[in-house]
Amino acid sequence: MAVAQGKAPNETFVLNLGPQHPATHGVLRVKLTMDGEYITRAEPVPGYIHRMQEKMGENRTWAQYLPNTSRIDYLSAMAYTHGYVGAVERAAGIQVPPRAEYVRVITSELNRISSHLVWFGAFLLDLGGFTPLLYAFDDREKILDLLEGITGSRLTYSYYRFGGLYNDVDEDFLGGTREFVAQMRPRLGMYRTLVTENIILRKRLEGIGVITPEQCRKYGATGPVIRGSGIAYDVRKVEPYSVYADFEFDIPVFPEGDSMARYLVRMEEMGQSLRIIEQALAKLPDGPVMAEKVPRVLKPPAGDYCYAVEAARGRFAVLVVSDNKEMAYRIKLRTPSFSNLSLFEEVSQGMMLPDALALMGSLDLVIPDIDR
Amino acid sequence: MKQPLRDIVGGFYSLLSGMRVTIAQFFKPSVTVHYPHESLQMPARFRGHIELVRDPATGKAVCFACKVCEKSCPSDCITVEGAKLEGAKRKSVTQFRLDFTKCSLCGSCVEACKSNAIRFSRQYNLASTNKDEFVMDLFKRLEAEGQ
Ligand code: SF4
Ligand code: SF4
Repeated sequence: MAVAQGKAPNETFVLNLGPQHPATHGVLRVKLTMDGEYITRAEPVPGYIHRMQEKMGENRTWAQYLPNTSRIDYLSAMAYTHGYVGAVERAAGIQVPPRAEYVRVITSELNRISSHLVWFGAFLLDLGGFTPLLYAFDDREKILDLLEGITGSRLTYSYYRFGGLYNDVDEDFLGGTREFVAQMRPRLGMYRTLVTENIILRKRLEGIGVITPEQCRKYGATGPVIRGSGIAYDVRKVEPYSVYADFEFDIPVFPEGDSMARYLVRMEEMGQSLRIIEQALAKLPDGPVMAEKVPRVLKPPAGDYCYAVEAARGRFAVLVVSDNKEMAYRIKLRTPSFSNLSLFEEVSQGMMLPDALALMGSLDLVIPDIDR
Repeated sequence: MKQPLRDIVGGFYSLLSGMRVTIAQFFKPSVTVHYPHESLQMPARFRGHIELVRDPATGKAVCFACKVCEKSCPSDCITVEGAKLEGAKRKSVTQFRLDFTKCSLCGSCVEACKSNAIRFSRQYNLASTNKDEFVMDLFKRLEAEGQ
């Protein structure tokens, strides 16, 4: 490129963020065109860990695909398995016993808290604060221990089955969860003192990375991102699935649209999840945790079936197309991180690099969820 | 003039109250375990790699090589071979190969086996520099353990 003679060159340069960079939390590459410290264009390049999750669904049986669902967004595996079993149950017309639904809600909400705790720690790490991560992981460890006790796994649970659960919860889990809810409440207050009110954090987040409701709609952003832009969209409320209609809980909404709003949404959400868990524990009915007469080889009647859940990062929807065979004809996964990432290009334009990283952290991206 | 002053004082206070939380943490018990000097007990339902179950009555493996687990595995990790011993009513297992490099610990095989012939082990210290160590013959292991 020839620079015009005699004038100061109006130069930009390309900066690669990732694919191996701590701030992208995985193998995501963002090609940044920089004008000094300012971003003129940020182009996300996903695909480094694409595993063909959707295609895999077409060449393994309905049940064999189950373990895959906990490996899409590994931080909120419960919700993803819920979405898939929900779609297949809808397809095959399986009724799930109430106890199983309640346990699904309890475990999904515990998983949501643990996922938000990871985000909390990692986000503050991005912003340069190390200690909050250790507090968050201390609390998260308790959830992982509880879930490991009933599912046998710490992250990739695959705990739900078509028609119910892998196995019933025991007294240890129920007692442990009650204890955890009681312990976690004051911890949320502690997080407020330690982090939320911290002046440095506020200066880094307030007014930074404002996402308008229109941008959210345009890119299909969901979850804490859209709720941080003032739209009360939560699948648990707008299309209540499972037994969520039985519980009283609020949807935290903050209208500012900046990174702080998204931060606050997630912090409030943890409190609401505790509320749901408490109610579910109090109402937990007795009975079986597996529907009767679920055929060993499923062949759902031909047709399209969709099921959406509110995962920790937003709306996760599964569309299964069945042609009455042992395997699905097509499985389409609608993952929230992919849509949430799409708005990064537009919103980050003209931002300073450290602010853009704060914005990216506040989107809470999970890369396998984008690449699936 | 007043607003900036309030910001400074308020900001300083927020830092101090954060410090208070950190300092209080010094007097709380430690939450970590000093692995490898100490290690945690795995819960009863822990999903380790699979292992064959011995029939307490006969001392042999329960598995009769029906290959249901082989078919149920999403990642084709399992290869079972069986043979009919003389005088026996049904087959007995002669080889049970598990390719642990491909196993995702999903548990489909354990659920599929209706005679409870396989279960999860509690082993988790499984690092190795040799890939072949993870292709294990579970039947041989069981036999070796019995001796
Ligand atoms: S382990 Fe169970 S399912 Fe597998 S071959 Fe043996 S008996 Fe059959
Ligand atoms: S645990 Fe899953 S992946 Fe591993 S051998 Fe069993 S069925 Fe296959």
